[in-house]
Amino acid sequence: MLVELLRGLKTTFKMMLDKPVTIQYPEQKREVRPRYRGKHELKRYDNGLEKCIGCALCAAACPADAIFVEAGENTDEVRFSPGDRYASTYEINLLRCIYCGYCEDACPTGAIELEHEYDINFSSRLDAIADKDKMLVSLANDLSTPQETKPGTFTRSIPDMENPADY
Amino acid sequence: MTKDITLTIDGKEVSVPAGTLIPDAAKKIGIDIPVFCYHPKMEPVGMCRQCLVEIGRPAFDRTTGEAVLEEDGSPKINWGWKLETSCTNPVSEGMVVNTKSEKAVKGQNEMLEFQLLSHPLDCPVCDKGGECLLQDLTLAHGGTESRFNFDEKRHAEKKVALSDLIWLDRERCIQCGRCVRFQSEIVGEAVLGFEARGSHTQIMTTSEPGFDSAFSGNTTDICPVGALTTAQFRFGARPWEMEATASVCTECPVGCNTVLNTRRDVKTGGKVVVKRVMPRQNESVNETWICDKGRFTDFSADSRLTAPSIGWTDAIASAAQNLSAADEPIFVVDGSLPNEDLFNIKSLADEVGAKAYCYSEVGGGELTTKSGTYGKSGAGDAILVIGSDLYVDAPIFWLRAKQAVDRGATLIVATEEETRLDNFASTVVRDFAQGLEAAKEAFSKAENTVILYKGDDALAQSCADLNPTSLVGVWNDANTQGAWEMGYEAISDLDVLKGKTVYVAGKSALVASALEVAKFVVAQTAEDVQIAVSITEASGSKCVTLPSRNISESLGTFTSAERRVQLFHPAVPAEGDTLPGFVITAQVAEKMGVTLDIEAEDIFANFFDLSYADLSKTNPEEKLLIGGNCYENTQGVGVQL
Ligand code: SF4
Ligand code: SF4
Ligand code: SF4
Ligand code: SF4
Ligand code: FES
Repeated sequence: MLVELLRGLKTTFKMMLDKPVTIQYPEQKREVRPRYRGKHELKRYDNGLEKCIGCALCAAACPADAIFVEAGENTDEVRFSPGDRYASTYEINLLRCIYCGYCEDACPTGAIELEHEYDINFSSRLDAIADKDKMLVSLANDLSTPQETKPGTFTRSIPDMENPADY
Repeated sequence: MTKDITLTIDGKEVSVPAGTLIPDAAKKIGIDIPVFCYHPKMEPVGMCRQCLVEIGRPAFDRTTGEAVLEEDGSPKINWGWKLETSCTNPVSEGMVVNTKSEKAVKGQNEMLEFQLLSHPLDCPVCDKGGECLLQDLTLAHGGTESRFNFDEKRHAEKKVALSDLIWLDRERCIQCGRCVRFQSEIVGEAVLGFEARGSHTQIMTTSEPGFDSAFSGNTTDICPVGALTTAQFRFGARPWEMEATASVCTECPVGCNTVLNTRRDVKTGGKVVVKRVMPRQNESVNETWICDKGRFTDFSADSRLTAPSIGWTDAIASAAQNLSAADEPIFVVDGSLPNEDLFNIKSLADEVGAKAYCYSEVGGGELTTKSGTYGKSGAGDAILVIGSDLYVDAPIFWLRAKQAVDRGATLIVATEEETRLDNFASTVVRDFAQGLEAAKEAFSKAENTVILYKGDDALAQSCADLNPTSLVGVWNDANTQGAWEMGYEAISDLDVLKGKTVYVAGKSALVASALEVAKFVVAQTAEDVQIAVSITEASGSKCVTLPSRNISESLGTFTSAERRVQLFHPAVPAEGDTLPGFVITAQVAEKMGVTLDIEAEDIFANFFDLSYADLSKTNPEEKLLIGGNCYENTQGVGVQL
């Protein structure tokens, strides 16, 4: 009988000595794969200008109708992004979002990207709405928007170079 | 009636009237030939070369004039060895057209590659993106790659103010000339033109101030790209995000059919708002155009009262009590109210034996209720425009008068000041009596006769004495005609209200003037009542305000100056606790012991021998005449009384 019991517990003992697959979340966090689709970030060019031009193509592509964009017009005195148009309002309802990444695919400037943050929680429905403040990245060089820019410098919304300066 | 011509397009036979151009004949049988410069309402110019097709014409023996036959007995077809522009070719008997042959498609695709050669591909930030002909045709005919060098793209100014209303992006322009031709051919005001040559060709305005025309907004609809856009809608929304609701313009008595495009808007606090007004086709009224006054109607009324200051129950009770207590209450409306509101107010007035007036500076209402329509006048017809500068008062009537002249009608203009119609008139006088005299002369020779007048009763009477086929009053409001049809009496000054208890419904200006003279005012208005309220406060409590819904929030009908009844639908949610005007009247009536209908459709049926379904009938063939972003009329063209 004891033999049977020990035989039955063999697996249990073996597993006790194995390396556990679980981790102590949230104290410990797991690295995700490079292509993991977590919470969205709105990117900036190195000069601080927002990549988003308020075109709402992400909203059009979104199968969950989670994105709301409203556009405004840039001036050289108050400039948010290259070209004439910027997103004066940009909101994603993270409760609706299914993290499919279609918005990222649709974006003509690479402004929106689903990054690796998966620790997404809210205490109210209103909290679940991520706006520009919550999604725009901060740059190491602290450059931000709005900026005053030299007239005639940023005339194009979709620059064909990474950091537009000479357009 | 000329004989129809039969031709074959892509193997399908079609019969069309002589003179029809190939793209229109093709559209009739559901074949879309790609076009940019061609517009069904304008003369073809063959500027863009996008509409290339293969055209074959039957061969004729030169000596006998007989058709040459193939061995199998079918007619021999001579094919041109080059592709031809279909838009410049009228149909001819026995013609054979291939729009989808390999050769034709190759030609069309290559033309499209040329259009894109210098196009900035601004689609993400372009207001036309989503309803752009160049986008559509690129999807149908464009390759995935260009063979041209991106770095050598032409760069041009991207934000040129043609006027306060219209922006031009010179990079996006494909030089189709539709805007130029619209202004010179259709409007007859050549204020746009091309300058420079070759790839430097660009649009410019030749007038001072720039783009000086009351119809400028239409060019933004027919521009096949986003080169012309309106300042008002700049970056307002993407076209696919907006709802479209059929409406009728409120800015003048022409009654142009419109669509209100609406969307939720953060800048106005998350409300659903009217983002832009677009034309809706109605060939009997506005064709596919609207004037700038109508297009740029301002629907925002920030300081509007959205509920009675004392609450609805008390306000209705106070209104009813004051009206019942008065020995001679008076009801006054203006032409800004829909027929449904007018009917309920008239019914209540009749029930309590009170007078019902419609305030109008233009007289002769009862004379116009018998006349026919202004219609599409042409050769053999005569038109008298007297006392009104149609260009300001009723721009689409102006356009129709101008087009009637193009078709050969005689036009007589009799106004005190110079007007922009003078250029098109055969007789221009600065005196009404002379105008009437000249009209009498012209009318004696004319088939259909139309008088468009704006003036007092006496002028209206002398116009009516000429016995025109149609007598059209150019009223100040959209539905003044509706009030005459309903039997309201006209007043042009408000002295009769002195010391009386009055039910006033309409614009805030009318309310304000009534408040100055009346003893007590029940004011029903959808407008900003600040003036009214401040006057009330100054003169102690002698007013109760009943805030009603405006046109963009309600269902109802208008009767245009030429007696066409047309339906409009609610486009945006009602502001605050406002109620439809006819419901307000019904509630007041109930407190006074009178029962009135509270459904718009029922009220309508009480007066007209018609239903909303009758007003909602459409003419589907008309849509072949749309070239641009004018909405097809799917919600009803209304009924001519
Ligand atoms: S990830 Fe998908 S569902 Fe989420 S916002 Fe983007 S497009 Fe919409
Ligand atoms: S994130 Fe990209 S697609 Fe979305 S509005 Fe901004 S620029 Fe357009
Ligand atoms: S502005 Fe538009 S309508 Fe005018 S020529 Fe250019 S593309 Fe054509
Ligand atoms: S002509 Fe009159 S009804 Fe037509 S759009 Fe202009 S203002 Fe409105
Ligand atoms: S559409 Fe025929 S040439 Fe432009």
